[in-house]
Amino acid sequence: MSASVLFDAPGPRAKRRYAILGAVGGLVFAAVMAVVIWKLADKDQFASTKWKPFAEWSTWKNYILPGLRGTLIAAVLAIVISLVLGAALAMLRLIEVPKRKGPAAVAVRALRWVVTAWVELTRALPVLLMMLFIFGWLSAHGQGSGSGPLIATVAGLVFYNSSVICEVIRSGVDQLPSGQREAGSSIGLSAGQTVRIILLPQAITAMLPSLISQVIVVLKDTALGYNVLYGELLYKSKPATSLNGNIFAMLIVLAVIYIVINYAISKLATWVERRLQARGRKVAPAGAAGDPGGPGNAPGVVAGGGI
Amino acid sequence: MSSLFSDYQIWTALWATVKLTLISAVGSLIVGTIVATLRLSPVGVLRFVGTSYVNIFRNTPLTLIILSCSFVLYIQLGISLADSADPKFADVNGFRLAAVGMTVYHATYVCEALRSGFNTIPIGQAEAARSIGLTFSQTMREIILPQAFRGAVVPLGNTLIALTKNTTVAVTISVYELSGVLKTVTERDPGLLNLAFMVVGAFFILLTLPMGVGLGWLGKRVAVKR
Repeated sequence: MSASVLFDAPGPRAKRRYAILGAVGGLVFAAVMAVVIWKLADKDQFASTKWKPFAEWSTWKNYILPGLRGTLIAAVLAIVISLVLGAALAMLRLIEVPKRKGPAAVAVRALRWVVTAWVELTRALPVLLMMLFIFGWLSAHGQGSGSGPLIATVAGLVFYNSSVICEVIRSGVDQLPSGQREAGSSIGLSAGQTVRIILLPQAITAMLPSLISQVIVVLKDTALGYNVLYGELLYKSKPATSLNGNIFAMLIVLAVIYIVINYAISKLATWVERRLQARGRKVAPAGAAGDPGGPGNAPGVVAGGGI
Repeated sequence: MSSLFSDYQIWTALWATVKLTLISAVGSLIVGTIVATLRLSPVGVLRFVGTSYVNIFRNTPLTLIILSCSFVLYIQLGISLADSADPKFADVNGFRLAAVGMTVYHATYVCEALRSGFNTIPIGQAEAARSIGLTFSQTMREIILPQAFRGAVVPLGNTLIALTKNTTVAVTISVYELSGVLKTVTERDPGLLNLAFMVVGAFFILLTLPMGVGLGWLGKRVAVKR
């Protein structure tokens, strides 16, 4: 609890001061909320015609639920592919360069260089930029409609997130005792086998909370598909507001959907973290909702993790 | 190459990206500091307000927030942030609305970065300060805040880089920044797409790479050795 670093346990006078501060703060907050609500009511945003559509099944059936389906499809595809690809990239980056000089050492070194360049490049580029490029390329080749938007959305997410996941796993391996790798080679496993059988499973367990948090980043970033005409939650739901002009109500409903899902996932990450710690494992903190200091970044390295 | 630069106003777009980054960075630093103060305060009500702010805006996609700025703030509520007599009204207004959205969203990450700075301080530091008789403000000034800021450099740097990349989302409400170039090229002249992607991508790497190197160096330099 950070508050204890900052403040002593309050005595009677401090308690009184806190009570006054709390009352004043509460009043200011209530006043701000009142102004916002008054302003919204003034523009008729709470009119029943604007909120009634949400009581009707057709709004959900025709707009919101198909959109949610699109969001979830893109998110699940992106997460599964990113995990597989991220683990593969991590394995390639983790293979040790053979001690003996020769073509094998050169090949491993070259491969690692290429993978490192790829990971750094895809992490440095904005996801939306990659989506727009892939979508532009697909539409130039006659794939702009149909599955084009889905491919562009998922591919953009995969390029970025597989590299982030690769780095998460790699920093998980870095935290393992070096004896693990040595033990692997001393019982005669090859470099690749050591990574696959010994290092990866332990690293993934240790980094499980960060990996779960990355799911939130992916889920939020599916909304970028809006710009490449992918039928996700925002894109599908917006047309429903053209008749009633109730975009405010719609965006509130959509925000609630996102917040509920993401909050649940962040709670899951914290729960997993606590369970792993209870089992006496060293765990990297979850860093809820893509904490910039959390996933994807070794400590002390500034690289702009997933926000 | 020249037609790309002359027909699609790449320098204007680059300047818009840089400006959006700077304005949103300053804005979210201010708002984020206020929210962090609320979250770290010993008063329950204020903590609740700060925590709610973070949980609400951090779990909402940036695209949705920026869309709300345009469709709700401006179109529904009629709040415009530019002079309506200005011939460039739509551009200026859209840009400022995007900056508001960026600020609101990234303030939550600034708040969490500052909080993680405080969280790295062992409780013994505060206890030692109290036991040698320092007052609250002395403890803050001499012991807590310097360590907290030094610990927050790396997460704040990460936030800045992510913010730079996230300026691309402003294209959602038609702000003409670097990703707007790519979108326009796709619509008008797909033949230039590869070149446009390489140029725009290179600009982003040029923007974020020095930030990463510089802030990483600073982060290591000021890190508190424990």
